[in-house]
Amino acid sequence: MSETSHPQVVAGSPVLQAFARAPGAFYLLAIMGIALTIWTPGFFTAANLTNVALQVAVLTIVALGMTLVILTEGIDLSLGPVLGLCGVSAALLVSQGHPLPLAIGAALGIGVCFGLLNGTLVAVAGMPPFIVTLGAFGIAQSVATVLTGGDSVTNLPPFFRWFNDGVFLSLPVPIWATAAVFGATWLLLYRTKFGRYVFAIGGNRRALVLSGTRVQIYHVAVYAYAGLLAGVASFIMTARMNAAHPTIGVGIEFDAIAAVILGGTSFEKGRGGIAGTVVGALAVGVLRNGLNLLGVGTEWQVAIVGIVIISAVGLDSLRRLNA
Amino acid sequence: MSTQLAIPARLARLPADRAFVVVSRVVGLLLIVVALSLLSPYFLTWGNFVNVLRQAALQFLLSAGLTLVILTAGIDLSVGAVLGLSACISAALISEGYLAIGVAAALVSGLACGLVNGVLVTLGRIPPFIATYGMLWIAFGLGYVFMRGEVIYGLPEGFRFIGAGFVWGIPVPVLVAAALLVVLHLMLHKTVLGRSIYAIGGNPDAARLSGMPVTRRLIMVYGLSGLLSGFAALVVIARINAADSGVGEDLLLPAIAAVCLGGTSLFGGVGGVAGTAVGALILALIVNGMNLLGVQTFWQNAVMGAIILISVLADQLGGARLVRPQ
Repeated sequence: MSETSHPQVVAGSPVLQAFARAPGAFYLLAIMGIALTIWTPGFFTAANLTNVALQVAVLTIVALGMTLVILTEGIDLSLGPVLGLCGVSAALLVSQGHPLPLAIGAALGIGVCFGLLNGTLVAVAGMPPFIVTLGAFGIAQSVATVLTGGDSVTNLPPFFRWFNDGVFLSLPVPIWATAAVFGATWLLLYRTKFGRYVFAIGGNRRALVLSGTRVQIYHVAVYAYAGLLAGVASFIMTARMNAAHPTIGVGIEFDAIAAVILGGTSFEKGRGGIAGTVVGALAVGVLRNGLNLLGVGTEWQVAIVGIVIISAVGLDSLRRLNA
Repeated sequence: MSTQLAIPARLARLPADRAFVVVSRVVGLLLIVVALSLLSPYFLTWGNFVNVLRQAALQFLLSAGLTLVILTAGIDLSVGAVLGLSACISAALISEGYLAIGVAAALVSGLACGLVNGVLVTLGRIPPFIATYGMLWIAFGLGYVFMRGEVIYGLPEGFRFIGAGFVWGIPVPVLVAAALLVVLHLMLHKTVLGRSIYAIGGNPDAARLSGMPVTRRLIMVYGLSGLLSGFAALVVIARINAADSGVGEDLLLPAIAAVCLGGTSLFGGVGGVAGTAVGALILALIVNGMNLLGVQTFWQNAVMGAIILISVLADQLGGARLVRPQ
């Protein structure tokens, strides 16, 4: 990691430069992968690695949406509770015998609505993103709790588990879903006008406004897309738990922020990308898995991920200072 | 449009805009009081009045430090979690009989968390909402590790006085909050630190260029916020006579809501603790009204979220309207 904070040390070799420019997640993942393989016999097994991949699917999908938001110099703290609300809504509808498409539509719709609310308040009303999404955090969490009366929705029909357990072309459904979301996000970000505006909003929103672009629409759309992905992730999460709990999503937004920052996306000037986010999500997933295997309690895990996220942002800002 | 964010924030110091904030709060306060008087026969009783005042006082203690941070254009999302951690540590010590050490531990642990926030924000150059959001989870995790899911209850009578006692019929927390309000108000308006809080919030570059030790002052402000969270923790555990790792869990949204309701600008440099005291009172009235009208507590977070969004939006629109002719 020392190279990452002092790029001038490795000015010579292009290979070393590439290493120095790689996001922190790359190093974290490599170090943890090797260490866990050596010290914990349970880590490098097909069963555990599949488990990690499945665990990381939800996080990756949420983090991809979060990446777009952070690229616009924003933040979406509400994604966790919104995910919980989407899951609860879909689970309630399905368990009451409503058709699955209705449940899917409702969950995705709720995600998009929260995104539109957040986006409008940020982009049109000019409110600070963290305050807007913190307000939405409270609203989503409350509504989810009220809908279920504070309990979990457990009487899900058996077919719902397909979203997590299903296998298609010998790969689990969550992996396909993650790949599809990644593909869609990649196309959106790197092959459309929308994508170029995402970077431009973070880079220099003022210039974009002055050049006559209708920035607000794109800015709102970024939050709506993040909300939509929270809705998508809620299905995998609910199927995985075989239940929907109103507060299950709380904290995912935090892991997602960690994944995005570890993946090299910066809070300033629209720098970064989604490939790094996938590595970042894997790093956070392996970190949590490793801590589980080592018998570290969830309480410590929460604190450790907090320290990791702060260190990652700190290193990122140091690196920018030296660059 | 909203890229010119800095402009409304700066122009928000115009008296006309402050008038909008003050008038809207007074009208809101009166509307709530009238509505609750009509809707609930218990609202206008002495017992309920004391209840609301005490609730408002606790709310103010929690939001006072946050107000200082927000005045510097920062944010401290860790106030609730730091309060929880301080509460757990001090409750454990005080219930074992180490009163003085317990009180000191609450203040020191709060101060330490706050100083770490300040260092991360200034020297670490981490955006405040990320540094303090990380601290939220660290403090929450440490509190949980410390308590291991247990609950401490039964604190000594003498200690409970600061949370549950009365002096001449007035709850002690109200007196404590009033004293803190006076001290912080004087600090903000009469001391160098107070003036530099406004200066940093108004324009950090100008503050730095005019030779102000911005980094040191910011660390002090975040440290003060943590210290006040630790102090609030003492009053809270004295009031509820118990502590568990979840004490601070649902305190962040109300804390921010009280500051927003108090008319302190999230863009820094505008507002003060007097506003937060009014915000805390409005918030306490709303919570009291929800209790009197039998609204499920599940709705509380939604109400807090909505209050934050509506009050910030209203100020934003109130400010924007003034700016448009320019």
